[in-house]
Amino acid sequence: MNAIGKIVIPELETAGLETVAIAARGLSRHYGAHRAVDGLDFTLDAGTTLALIGHNGAGKTTLMKLILGLIRPTAGSLKVLGVEPARAALEHRRQIGFLPENVAFHDELTGTQTLRFYARLKRAPLKQCDALLERVGLSFAASRRVKTYSKGMRQRLGLAQALLGDPQLLLLDEPTTGLDPASRAEFFQIMRELADRGATVIISSHILTELEAKTDLVAIMNTGHLAAFGPLDMLRREADLPVRITVVTPNGTGPAVSALGSIAQRAVVSENGHSLQLFVHVEDKLEALARLTALGDAVADLDIARPGLDEIYRHFSPEAAKAAAAGGEA
Amino acid sequence: MNATLVIAGKEISDGMRNRWVLGATLLLAGLAFALTFLGSAPTGELGVKPLAVVVVSLASLTIFLMPLIALLISYDAIVGEVERGCMLLLLTYPVTRRQIMLGKFLGHVAILAIATLIGYGGAGAAMAFGDQGDAQSWQAFATLIASSILLGAAFVALAYWISASVRERSTAAGISIGLWLAFVVIYDVLLMGLLVASKGWISDKVFPWLLLANPADIYRLLNLTAFENVRQFSGMSGLSEQAQFAPATLVAALAVWIAVPLVLANWKFSRSES
Repeated sequence: MNAIGKIVIPELETAGLETVAIAARGLSRHYGAHRAVDGLDFTLDAGTTLALIGHNGAGKTTLMKLILGLIRPTAGSLKVLGVEPARAALEHRRQIGFLPENVAFHDELTGTQTLRFYARLKRAPLKQCDALLERVGLSFAASRRVKTYSKGMRQRLGLAQALLGDPQLLLLDEPTTGLDPASRAEFFQIMRELADRGATVIISSHILTELEAKTDLVAIMNTGHLAAFGPLDMLRREADLPVRITVVTPNGTGPAVSALGSIAQRAVVSENGHSLQLFVHVEDKLEALARLTALGDAVADLDIARPGLDEIYRHFSPEAAKAAAAGGEA
Repeated sequence: MNATLVIAGKEISDGMRNRWVLGATLLLAGLAFALTFLGSAPTGELGVKPLAVVVVSLASLTIFLMPLIALLISYDAIVGEVERGCMLLLLTYPVTRRQIMLGKFLGHVAILAIATLIGYGGAGAAMAFGDQGDAQSWQAFATLIASSILLGAAFVALAYWISASVRERSTAAGISIGLWLAFVVIYDVLLMGLLVASKGWISDKVFPWLLLANPADIYRLLNLTAFENVRQFSGMSGLSEQAQFAPATLVAALAVWIAVPLVLANWKFSRSES
């Protein structure tokens, strides 16, 4: 192979590497009448990062367990790195890293001991442990018992454990919940590095904004179904949500409302009557701006907002919208 | 390293760190030294007692303690890890459920073995300085140590069966206590009551087999009847003539009490989904 102009991928053997990491066809897992996962169809290429979004109970964890081979599908088929996970040989699991939701470790062992235990089980080189602890920022607490760790530190140890043996597929179940913004940024940094190396990463969350659009693809799950799957920009287009223009009108909102006329899908006047929120279709955005700026002094300021991640998520997941309306984001 | 041994090793270091090993060792050692050196209050005698008497007293106390310690360290081996969420992660590793169970079993039995060897072995070594006992008594003492570990292993296996069958840790704890009471306390009382009530209707042929149905009774038979000079002190000389089982048979019976619950535990564990 001519190496000039090619990025050499270290650590991972490219020979025998599947180009498709995960292929699901009609994948279902029912528990009696409860359809935890129902008829999923999707393909995930190797080396891509996927955000798996859904409210609690949408089927994210069930899907992860199916991918891990912990449970068998009740219908449909699933191929992970070229094999059926529930029937795969034990060796297959060495290629997969997993960080469960609310990861738990044995309290009495130190960080290093914990990681070395998992490294031995995975037959990963023990010398990798120190490097991984360093990488997730836990070197300072490596010889402390896990019971003294904070939630964030346990989560970091969980990530270090998932990275053992340089897995080709990494599954992270709600990894950023409870992390501060700085740790979260580090998390995404590591995820990015892995993806650049050719690994496939799936990261789940019940809050789309938490993932900050850091992944190549977004999958939105809703009561066991795949409500949306694709790059965020595509979902944004599909959702076709209006652009919000906030206009400051010191002399009353009347002129701005009448200037837009039928372009405005909706207009909301603020309580003090000095500002206005106008919702227009993406294609009408420039026209609306032209008309508003033509009003001169009647408009003091304006601000344009594209539909946010939360709004896109709620558009595809009515369940999440209901939960939000009920007052809890959980 | 083999996954079973990795898990066994972790279980042992876990036991070392959470003081189970230390606690059990101190308890067994304290017991053994007290029985050896404090003399027997009823006879007003002080000083080191004959080794055969020590074997009898230690065996009688081990029957109560060893099952309790074994159940305590292992009742949450499966259900506890499932509840805390450790099991889910472990199962995604290249390790089978059978390896997990066997590894844990080896680890827990090793903890009991360490405690017994140090605790009882220490008292034995102290007695050896006093040049106590003949060869047969020492043989009986060695049998006591080995069979105590086997008794512990049987109850560890029973605890795993419970642990793999229930959904909550507290249920496993409750059933374990019940099991201890049943085998260690109630069974013998019932058996005695049955013997008295039946007025010999339970024949000499059936009675010994009823003793084999309880691992604690097998242990008792093995330690109190296998050696002539121990028998003298144990008050079992009458019984031993009825219950004629060779020591090898009794050891085999204990092995069955280890293997069967372990197989059942493995079967339950492999059927569950997490």
